[in-house]
Amino acid sequence: MHNVGLIGLGKMGLSHLAIAKSHPEVNLVGVCDDANYVRGILARYTDFKVHSHYEALLDEKQLAAVIIATPSRFHGEIARAALNRNINVFCEKPFCLDLAEGTELVELAQRKDLVTQVGYHNRFVSSFNEAKRLMDAKVLGHIHHIRSEAYGPVVLRPRGSTWRTSRSEGGGCLYDYACHAIDIVNYLVGPPAAVRGTVLNRVFSRDVEDEVYATLLFANGMTGQIAANWSDSSYRRMSTQVTIWGTNGKLIVDRQELKVFVKDPAELAIPLTQGWNIRYTTDFPSYVEYYLRGEEYSSQIDYFIRCIAEGRRDNISSFAHAVQTDSIVSMMLEDAEQNRRDLSTQPRSKVPARKWFERVKAMIS
Amino acid sequence: MDRILFGDNQFFAINHMSEEKARAQAIRFQDVRAVIEVLDAVYEAGIHVFMCTTHDRVREICEHVRSNPQRYSKFAFYPCMPYAHKYANAVTEYGMIEALRQFLPQDGAFAALLKGGLSLATKDVEGIARLLIDAEMKMFKGLKTPVIFLQNVVTDLMLGIGIKDAFRIFADHVQQVYCAEPGFITMNMPRLLDVLEDVGVQNPIICANINKIGFRMCGGIKRYEEVIATRKFRPVAMSVLASGAIRPREAIEYVCRQKNIHSIVFGASSKANIQETKRLIEEYSAS
Repeated sequence: MHNVGLIGLGKMGLSHLAIAKSHPEVNLVGVCDDANYVRGILARYTDFKVHSHYEALLDEKQLAAVIIATPSRFHGEIARAALNRNINVFCEKPFCLDLAEGTELVELAQRKDLVTQVGYHNRFVSSFNEAKRLMDAKVLGHIHHIRSEAYGPVVLRPRGSTWRTSRSEGGGCLYDYACHAIDIVNYLVGPPAAVRGTVLNRVFSRDVEDEVYATLLFANGMTGQIAANWSDSSYRRMSTQVTIWGTNGKLIVDRQELKVFVKDPAELAIPLTQGWNIRYTTDFPSYVEYYLRGEEYSSQIDYFIRCIAEGRRDNISSFAHAVQTDSIVSMMLEDAEQNRRDLSTQPRSKVPARKWFERVKAMIS
Repeated sequence: MDRILFGDNQFFAINHMSEEKARAQAIRFQDVRAVIEVLDAVYEAGIHVFMCTTHDRVREICEHVRSNPQRYSKFAFYPCMPYAHKYANAVTEYGMIEALRQFLPQDGAFAALLKGGLSLATKDVEGIARLLIDAEMKMFKGLKTPVIFLQNVVTDLMLGIGIKDAFRIFADHVQQVYCAEPGFITMNMPRLLDVLEDVGVQNPIICANINKIGFRMCGGIKRYEEVIATRKFRPVAMSVLASGAIRPREAIEYVCRQKNIHSIVFGASSKANIQETKRLIEEYSAS
């Protein structure tokens, strides 16, 4: 049995709490949240030891692990406090809003020889796992392009403020949605070397972006695109989809379905037919002992506990992986800022093609 | 409780196998007339129960049934609440207080309590829960609702965190105010049954995935079969076809083989599928 504490009881925190408490090898020793009403309800209806300050929880009887699900701007500080007490850490995404801090925490965890994991749950979705298996087996031949999209109905009108409406607190489509799309690219094919053409658009929000679009450039010549939009009301809930093009075919994968189009199946390491090969959730092994909202949420916690139990440090969704995602987010922010400056400072007529564009436009009108 | 119940996933863009299929169905059923056409086929086939979430669009279906009492004299709803996305999106967008303010009555004790902040308001969580149940039930006023279900996201969240009182509060309110039987939808059936017995919900109605391949049957298929055969409760089987992964005949044969399974809920969008599924259930229930 492992003593586990949980800090942050918002929607994700409550979900993690239910899953962790149900795990047969977890002893949930305490929870922490700064909201009075949350503490009140849990104190009244459960047996949990409830704290208002995270240090008190971290100092509880020897904790093996802590799950951090606070707003993003507190992640770094609390993770450091846990690592310094030799406690293994599971932290929600995005990991750290500050790259220097994130990198420092990766190094601290390595020095302390502790397990770290970040809640990029798509890395535990069986259809994405299968897609990775196919990528590693090179069934599509040489990969030349990847497109990763995340859409959902989070912000559908101008609204008031929560931590999600503030960039400095980790709010916005980039931190909330695009992060998943970026992390999935890193997981499936590895991280890009550079980003270009990043746009952060506001649709309804006042202080953060509601859409993110960017081009990815990989060291081996491959390209990619990220598209994220949390103001799409045609979606019932968040939907993440990845499309990958290779010289031997194409792959489309989302949370439930995997479609692979194979040009030439001969000599592939994994048997596939020529043309479309379709697999569904029910085709992949994904059994969990306790289910809430999706197998992946249970699988990722179970994986975290097993890594601790087995002394494994090769976590597939570690702090290091998350910092990689965070650094691409930073590259996008810098790139978007650069594009904005270029557009505002550079006279339109100075762009060569622009001259012809304006001339023909005048002819048409 | 009826033996055969009709579900609503196909009407509301829910397909656990494929998002593309879900979207295609959502387009087809955008117009409530398309939904009613299917429900009429269901009713004509002799299936009189519609087990549905409290999605805003169900309001239109309720109005239609309410306006045609002779036509739908035997029609009953088994509401499944809450429609979680509605609340989750509101909390994300507005935060807890504002979200609560939207869903609770504008006048009355809670509006006043909310002004004092969440700590004050949540001194009576049970009161808030009862008001939320009433808000969810509003659309069914005047209609038959003999069984009222708690949706799996809430059931399993309460189950996991260990807030057992939630089940007692739900059961009591449903029985006292709506004279209905409480039902619980879950993905973790054996675990839930233990807790329901613990809080005194006798011979509970539990709706869970029950299918031949063990899809989303947490605790394992063998444990499910054992619990169904030996414990006192009323199992309702859902996801019998495992979202299309099992052929209908094989799927229904497996479920009907377990004699203690009380009812089966399924969804379909064509008259042929509705009639064929009903026929198979009757065939295997008789043997």
